[in-house]
Amino acid sequence: MYQSTITITLRPSILDVQGKAVELGIHTLGMKEVENVRIGKSIQMTVNAPSEDEAKRITEEACKKLLANSVMEDFSYTIKSV
Amino acid sequence: MSASKIKFGIVVFPGSNCDHDAYHAAKHVLNQDAEFLWHKEPDLKHSDVIILPGGFSYGDYLRTGAIARFSPIMNEVITFANNGGIVVGICNGFQILCEAGLLPGVLLRNRSLLFSSKHVTVRVEHSESRFTNDLTAGDIMRIPIAHGEGNYFADQETIGALEENGQVLFRYSDEFGEITDTSNPNGSLNNIAGIMNKAGNVMGMMPHPERACENQLGSSDGKRIFDSLIKSFVLQAA
Repeated sequence: MYQSTITITLRPSILDVQGKAVELGIHTLGMKEVENVRIGKSIQMTVNAPSEDEAKRITEEACKKLLANSVMEDFSYTIKSV
Repeated sequence: MSASKIKFGIVVFPGSNCDHDAYHAAKHVLNQDAEFLWHKEPDLKHSDVIILPGGFSYGDYLRTGAIARFSPIMNEVITFANNGGIVVGICNGFQILCEAGLLPGVLLRNRSLLFSSKHVTVRVEHSESRFTNDLTAGDIMRIPIAHGEGNYFADQETIGALEENGQVLFRYSDEFGEITDTSNPNGSLNNIAGIMNKAGNVMGMMPHPERACENQLGSSDGKRIFDSLIKSFVLQAA
């Protein structure tokens, strides 16, 4: 069995209004060094697959068909054996 | 379609909350036939027009419309649309149509980050569609919005094609029809409030015309969109 951890973020070309609001909050706390805050989603799931390659294939398919919308989002993932 | 009435099929997803408004508008205001279609039953029950109503299907989990798009009835809706059937998506229904790929683009979070519930003014872009043929280019309609994710976005190539093909039907404007940033309630590109597909049989819009069909609700301007739709069937039958 494998565990996939997927990260979904808005594509760089899209203004992330939530990220901007959070960035403003961080600046208000005095941390002016912080920039480019982007808000995303983290999705964890276990995949019953016979190999890591198959677990990757299934994870990518789930991302492309449902978890991320390619018009506005990018996704990345890591996989580990559990 | 019976002898003289159009049948509106209104899809009910878990979390739909404008289904009854759409039913009321179709059945009691427009005096047409109307029936609810439960999302788990892949049967459009011989509807002439499918309405995907507003609401919060599946709690807006993951993305608005993303899970409803895979409801069993959606395969039928997609086939119906691809065969030229009329499909109207209002608010959450517009979001579902985009997720399903029946309309291009996506609806992002409002740029204000706020849920926006108020009457807005939208300008009719042209009357060369079955959704606007009873209207005139430049008409101003007062229709309510109620959404948190209505910020229409698509890549520049897609926006260019929408504009070139006359697929933009409604734009947020001020009361005089001027397209201004202050009249844009959510940040939509080009103030887009409603679009149709290239074939002209699928339409999505964020404002709620079904909630603006009677004067006692504050406006009856939305009825003119449904009147256009009905007129298009009459013209087709003639």
